[in-house]
Amino acid sequence: MQDHLVPKSLYFLIFGSLMALTALTTGMAYVDMGQWNTIVALIIAGCKATLVALFFMHLRWSPRLMRVVLLSALLWLAILISLTTTDFFSRDWTPIPEGWEESSLVRPPIPPGNLISQVLKPSLHRYLSALGVPPRASSS
Amino acid sequence: MADSHAASPLAHQFEDLEQQQEAASLGMWVFLATEVMFFGGLFAGYTIYRNLYPPGFEAGSHMLNVTIGAINTAVLICSSLTMALAVRAAQMGKRNALVTFLILTTALGLAFVLIKLTLEWRHDYLEGLAPGLNFTFAGPDAKSLELFFCFYFIMTGVHALHMMVGVGVLSVLLVQAWKGHFGPNHFNAVETAGLYWHFVDIVWIFLFPLLYLIGGRY
Repeated sequence: MQDHLVPKSLYFLIFGSLMALTALTTGMAYVDMGQWNTIVALIIAGCKATLVALFFMHLRWSPRLMRVVLLSALLWLAILISLTTTDFFSRDWTPIPEGWEESSLVRPPIPPGNLISQVLKPSLHRYLSALGVPPRASSS
Repeated sequence: MADSHAASPLAHQFEDLEQQQEAASLGMWVFLATEVMFFGGLFAGYTIYRNLYPPGFEAGSHMLNVTIGAINTAVLICSSLTMALAVRAAQMGKRNALVTFLILTTALGLAFVLIKLTLEWRHDYLEGLAPGLNFTFAGPDAKSLELFFCFYFIMTGVHALHMMVGVGVLSVLLVQAWKGHFGPNHFNAVETAGLYWHFVDIVWIFLFPLLYLIGGRY
């Protein structure tokens, strides 16, 4: 059986460490370390999460397959966060070319109600006149 | 071993109990991988907007009560300990210990959600810090502060929803444990519920510093 029986004392040791780390991270928030406050808080959170996963979730004694699943989840999470942040924080690095707004590619949007009278009817008339059919005189 | 009883704990598609146990745990781990991505999107969004609007997010973080947040973290860590001990009791076939630890875990989980609801969300709502319902803050950076509280309510709300799902699962296990369903060869349900419970704890382990502590308290 895989049911590795973990000694009770180990569970209490992990519990004590988690409580101590909680106290530590709360205390560290009151110390001015500039940018390091964030980094220290995240490192402590990472340590706590590792302790929970390894011992409470038995990952330390689990088959490698479970670790692969967890690591692949973390890899995808890293891709999600790193690609999104690199996109957001590098947008200002390249200048926007001058005068791109006046490009002929940018057309004013057509109001939905005028689609038939302003776009479809004129293009149909152009098509018909190109074929030599005179447009009908009766129009609203 | 498998065909000695009619009511064998081994399902017929598995070679042995170890394989059955691993399959159950693996299934839960794969589900938890999807949960990592689910919360990951929220964490990524939070990271970006915190970096785009630091003053509003720091002001918002300072409006949260660190003491209550830390107490709730401790409550969740206690519940993780009792959950781990519940799985251990199930492994050893100790019915009474299993029932006791499941009751304790459920109670601590409910305590967490109740503290969140009555002491924090209710307070934030009455203070006019609930976007969409009652947001009256008009100081500097009001817009980015509102964004912070959007993230705060959605992240803690989704986390609390996961807690309530966990409480529901544990309640079912409690009834089964009371009836003596579990034994040294049959505790997969307790083990997988434990994995889920510890995962929800890990999510809070990251939410607490990100929402309450980042930006410092000095």
